[in-house]
Amino acid sequence: MTSSAMGNASAIVIDPDIDPRQRKSLVEGDHDFTSITASIANVAERPKPPKAWYVAMAISLPLTLTLFGIIGYLIFKGVGIWGNRQPVSWAWPIVNFVFWVGIAHAGTLISAILFLFRQKWRTSINRAAEAMTIFAVVCAGTFPAIHVGRIWMEWFLAPVPNDLEMWPQFRSPLLWDVFAVSTYATVSLLFWYMGMVPDLATFRDRATTKIKKVAYGIFALGWRGSSRQWHRYERAYLLLAALAMPLVLSVHSVVSFDFAVSILPGWHTTIFPPYFVAGAIFSGFAMVVTLMVPARALFGLKHVITMRHLENMNKVIVATGTMVGYAYAMEFFIAWYSGSTYEQFAFINRAFGPYAWAYWIMVSCNVIAPQFFWFKKIRTNPLAMVVVCIFVNIGMWFERFVITISTLNRDFLPSAWGYFSPTLFDILTLCGSFGLFMTLFLLFCRYLPMVAIAEVKSVMPQAHPHHHGDDAHGAGTHSH
Amino acid sequence: MHAKAHSPAAPAERARPLYGVIAEYKDVDSLMAAARKVRDAGYTRWDTHTPFPVHGIEGAMGFGMTRLPWFVLCCGLTGLSIAVLLQWWTNAVDYPFLISGKPLFALPPAVPIMFELTVLFSALGTFFGMWGLNGLPLLHHPLFEHEAFKRVTDDRFFLAIESQDPKFGLESTKALLASTGVCADVVPVYGNGDKGALPNWMKNFAIVMPILLLVPLAWIVTARHSTSPKTRLQLIPDMDQQLKFRNQTRNAFFADQRNERPRIEGTIPRGLLREDQQLHTGKTGPGENDWATQFPASIAVNEALLKRGQERFNITCAACHGQTGVGDGLVSQRATGKYPSWIPPISLHAENLLVQPVGQTFNTIRNGIRTMPAYSQQLTVEDSWAIVAYVKALQKSQAFPVDKLSPEERQKVASVPR
Ligand code: HEC
Repeated sequence: MTSSAMGNASAIVIDPDIDPRQRKSLVEGDHDFTSITASIANVAERPKPPKAWYVAMAISLPLTLTLFGIIGYLIFKGVGIWGNRQPVSWAWPIVNFVFWVGIAHAGTLISAILFLFRQKWRTSINRAAEAMTIFAVVCAGTFPAIHVGRIWMEWFLAPVPNDLEMWPQFRSPLLWDVFAVSTYATVSLLFWYMGMVPDLATFRDRATTKIKKVAYGIFALGWRGSSRQWHRYERAYLLLAALAMPLVLSVHSVVSFDFAVSILPGWHTTIFPPYFVAGAIFSGFAMVVTLMVPARALFGLKHVITMRHLENMNKVIVATGTMVGYAYAMEFFIAWYSGSTYEQFAFINRAFGPYAWAYWIMVSCNVIAPQFFWFKKIRTNPLAMVVVCIFVNIGMWFERFVITISTLNRDFLPSAWGYFSPTLFDILTLCGSFGLFMTLFLLFCRYLPMVAIAEVKSVMPQAHPHHHGDDAHGAGTHSH
Repeated sequence: MHAKAHSPAAPAERARPLYGVIAEYKDVDSLMAAARKVRDAGYTRWDTHTPFPVHGIEGAMGFGMTRLPWFVLCCGLTGLSIAVLLQWWTNAVDYPFLISGKPLFALPPAVPIMFELTVLFSALGTFFGMWGLNGLPLLHHPLFEHEAFKRVTDDRFFLAIESQDPKFGLESTKALLASTGVCADVVPVYGNGDKGALPNWMKNFAIVMPILLLVPLAWIVTARHSTSPKTRLQLIPDMDQQLKFRNQTRNAFFADQRNERPRIEGTIPRGLLREDQQLHTGKTGPGENDWATQFPASIAVNEALLKRGQERFNITCAACHGQTGVGDGLVSQRATGKYPSWIPPISLHAENLLVQPVGQTFNTIRNGIRTMPAYSQQLTVEDSWAIVAYVKALQKSQAFPVDKLSPEERQKVASVPR
């Protein structure tokens, strides 16, 4: 069958190697639909995952359990187990929250924005990136939820009629944040799951055991690839992408309002929303690259997640990294230009005060490190790019640390100034959130379609019909 | 077993209704060509099945745009309206939040939530609307009975025509499909009888479960509306139960086991020496109505006292009685009508109160009266007398004959904006 399908296709599509108008193929090697399905499904179907999977699990699972343990202890004991003290009462939990929300941006960005811009190269990485989004949102959402202290009062955040006859304050950015993050989580989950249904159907149809058949079958919702269904499905996908696009840009903007709408020097700036969004995309892409490089090697997916994909993402990283660098400089300029002594103090304190070390770590990791991606050699070298991306993520964590802590530690009353130091629990909570993220990601790699199989097929040359006949689109037919 | 099922001659088939016929293709082009052929033959109840969305098949099959976007639009508008109404009603109407004198409702700060709820509702509408229009989820479908159909999610393309189609004829339809570029025999597909139906235990579960779920709810509802002599069940006690002895409880530490300690013979607690009866009780004798008609000797009635009284009155009493004492305080305004059991405070300018002895008004403040609580915990004795003096002055101010005012005073009163 391969030869006939390929033969048919190559009769029309000009070989990309000789035709400069054609881009390089998105799937490398001599592949047809059958081999694409087989190679991707193989990740979940092989009897045992690679050794490295077990090693990674052995590290991340205990960390996850530690996180759950700490959360239990926190609920029992109270937020005092962390280093949050006056004047720094918004400490690591918020830093971690913003960090994870930032990571969560890449997935939906790749899926939605690149989809709307018809960047077909997204197809093979979008699924894993979306999964990362969901898992990062899970980690992010944990922090504000547990750091409110009495978590059983959390329902106060929701507009629930209650016997106090009291309602939430809708003009507070903290409440906007609740709506923004939960909407983002919901929409990302729907987007991810919807995109996965046809591939789950593939898994269902290939299942060899009853358990797998039933489990995948339930989540495949009885999908049977009908064209009428595909038609509505694609519409829905487009609509979700269109809805998710402004949403991605809005989430981190709203998160930045938590800071920007307050009137503290160093936070109260209009540059925050775009600056946060650029930083989020920056860190999100860095995380995707960090995870995809080992994953594609381990699971034998180099032909679908190609060097071209990685290179494209690295280009996005340089671009957004430079924007972030610009924002750092602009913040200083505005502080000086504003003529406000408080604002100026906040920034001098940031770069040369007690947290200067953190500030300069941030600048070197976020502004200098990505500049290496100007060199094609580094941009296309898997090891080098992972190193740069890890630096970027360290830098982005420090960015949130610097913003949160360096503004709070020296407030308007010098007698109240203090120096924040984390406790062991702070550190373990952060490590635990990485464990949770990795555990979920590893489970995903093993049990769910890591690459959007149906979508990859649809960008292969064989997928395109070649005789456009007399098909007046929808002429004389009723909508359905 | 499946192979047998596909042979129309098998006796078991008679119980299984004919679903239609199915044709299999190897590539997009043959499928498209077949689709055009079937479309042109005038079939209506048929479908193609592909491993990925094939572009242009809508035209080849002859069906139009889905109405999903309109549904999503409606959902989005619903979300938007809910966001506006929710924010306006909760923060400006039902529980007005006054923040730095800003308007109770304004659009700009409402935008984030409006945006979020619009997107949320549209996204939910898209997701559920799409599955709804697609008739999914389904537990089973007759096409799944066709073994080769498994490859539809892998690398094969199918075209199925339903037997419900008015043009359908088992042989003629088969022949039509066979004349397209099929890669396997065109075969009939039979329905699956009961296979797609829910097993009985699931059905029972689906009925019983919601009822069981109502039990805790009903329990909560009854608990909220009933009283019990037992202490309330607290999952998270916060700091409500502390390690201390509460009033009127047993205390094994003392021989008499009483937690409240009796006063030691011949002593008086600090600050409880009350030698001046008139100052502390407002009475001049032991009788029930021996109310003092004069202020106690230690209280000097002067402007300072009135000022102090005014301040205390506005802090302590005005919430109910209102600043002029007519009974229109904010608490009373809010509670009237909302709580049927609320008794509005009586006007301090009632006939009987105008002539009430000062001692009796003092007693009302210290000990409360009928539904009015006592304020002896909040006010010192001196402050209470100051309030009495102020109430008396307030009463005078509201019932002063106009003709007794001097012309200047009259003008002054007239110039006060109402
Ligand atoms: C919580 C609301 C509330 C506050 C605060 C309050 N009162 Fe009253 N007061 C009432 C109500 C209600 C009545 C009417 C009681 C009734 O008739 O059952 C009342 C009655 C009175 C009366 C008339 C008593 C009588 O002899 O009939 C006086 C005098 C009075 N209040 C004075 C005061 C003063 C002085 C203060 C401040 C120390 C005060 N009240 C604070 C609710 C209040």
